[in-house]
Amino acid sequence: MRETKWWTWHIAAGAIILIVLALHMLIMHLSSVVGAFNPSGGEAIAWANVLARSKMLSFVIAYILLLGAALYHGLYGFRTILFELGPNPALQKVINVAFWIGGLALFALGTGAAIVAKML
Amino acid sequence: MVEPRHTSADITVYLRRYNPERDARPRWQRYALRVLPGMTVLDGLHEIQEKQDATLSFRFSCRMGVCGSCAMMINGLPALACNTQIAQVADRTLALAPLPNFDIIKDLVPDLSPMFRKHTALHPYIERDDVGELENPSGEFYQSPEELTRYLQFAYCIKCGSCMAACPTLATDPEYSGPMPLAQAHRYNNDSRDAGFHGRKMVAGAGHGAFRCHYAGECSHVCPKGVDPARALQLMKRDLVLDYLRLKRRRTPAAVQGPARDAQRLPDIPSAPPFTVRPTERKT
Repeated sequence: MRETKWWTWHIAAGAIILIVLALHMLIMHLSSVVGAFNPSGGEAIAWANVLARSKMLSFVIAYILLLGAALYHGLYGFRTILFELGPNPALQKVINVAFWIGGLALFALGTGAAIVAKML
Repeated sequence: MVEPRHTSADITVYLRRYNPERDARPRWQRYALRVLPGMTVLDGLHEIQEKQDATLSFRFSCRMGVCGSCAMMINGLPALACNTQIAQVADRTLALAPLPNFDIIKDLVPDLSPMFRKHTALHPYIERDDVGELENPSGEFYQSPEELTRYLQFAYCIKCGSCMAACPTLATDPEYSGPMPLAQAHRYNNDSRDAGFHGRKMVAGAGHGAFRCHYAGECSHVCPKGVDPARALQLMKRDLVLDYLRLKRRRTPAAVQGPARDAQRLPDIPSAPPFTVRPTERKT
């Protein structure tokens, strides 16, 4: 039943990525058309605009959500590929533990960065 | 597919031979065969066995695509030997090998017992709480035609093992339940008379269950009965996810419908002939 739970979260993470990534594309690559969330004008990746977005709570939440979803979705997919190679049960356990530790560490690092940027 | 001929033709048949008591590894052996119009692969094997090599082993029973015994690799694809005409698949050469993803007992005979162990682990039968009714039925469990269509396609499975042989996941993970057992679990999960979903999900939702399938679809491609196990697997994944999210609709298994008391025979339906053997007394 653990696999059902992990698979369900994999699908949910995919749905979250779809929504948040669509917003990202809209803001970053269609800024001249959309024009939103670029208070300083000009390019979306201009430092002033990046800083302004980083201070918005909604963006901090979106960043953390995207980070968590992308990490989970990507690592689960990578784990599936590795399991296709037929590792023995002990190695499967090592892969699971390593991915959880690595994923949580990256998530903590990214979340920390988003929170620090909010407080700049 | 080769255009079928209406005249006889001489072809070369390559057979994968293996005797575990004598051979270190399987080898190919060549035979010449005169193919007559309408000759099936199974007919060809009988011809070779009777006239050229009596040591050849292969499995068969019904000869008409019902029992699933004679599934083998025919020119690189799993198929039923009795259901495949040589002229349709071979112009000059025919290569026959045992189903992959199984151990070989001898020559073209695969050991299907791991498949049936996985099948049994997924409870491929009606499970209900009213065991007394199952043991000593007082009537029939009512099922509407609409309820029947929910699983009918999956009930056509003959357990030939073709889907298991074509499955790339099973090739890398021998513990994977595989398309046939999982499709059959889905067949019973969707039977309105059944209440065994929670027993089956322990295996179907585990590490070597339905979520190992990455939808290559080869099982459905090779199924000789059009069962579409890949579809059953995707539907099973959906059921498992909905169950985990507690969104799966609870179903009360079909109730017993006793014998009709007021029914009358229509005038144009003749009555049944008398029993030739006295029916066994029903246990109470």
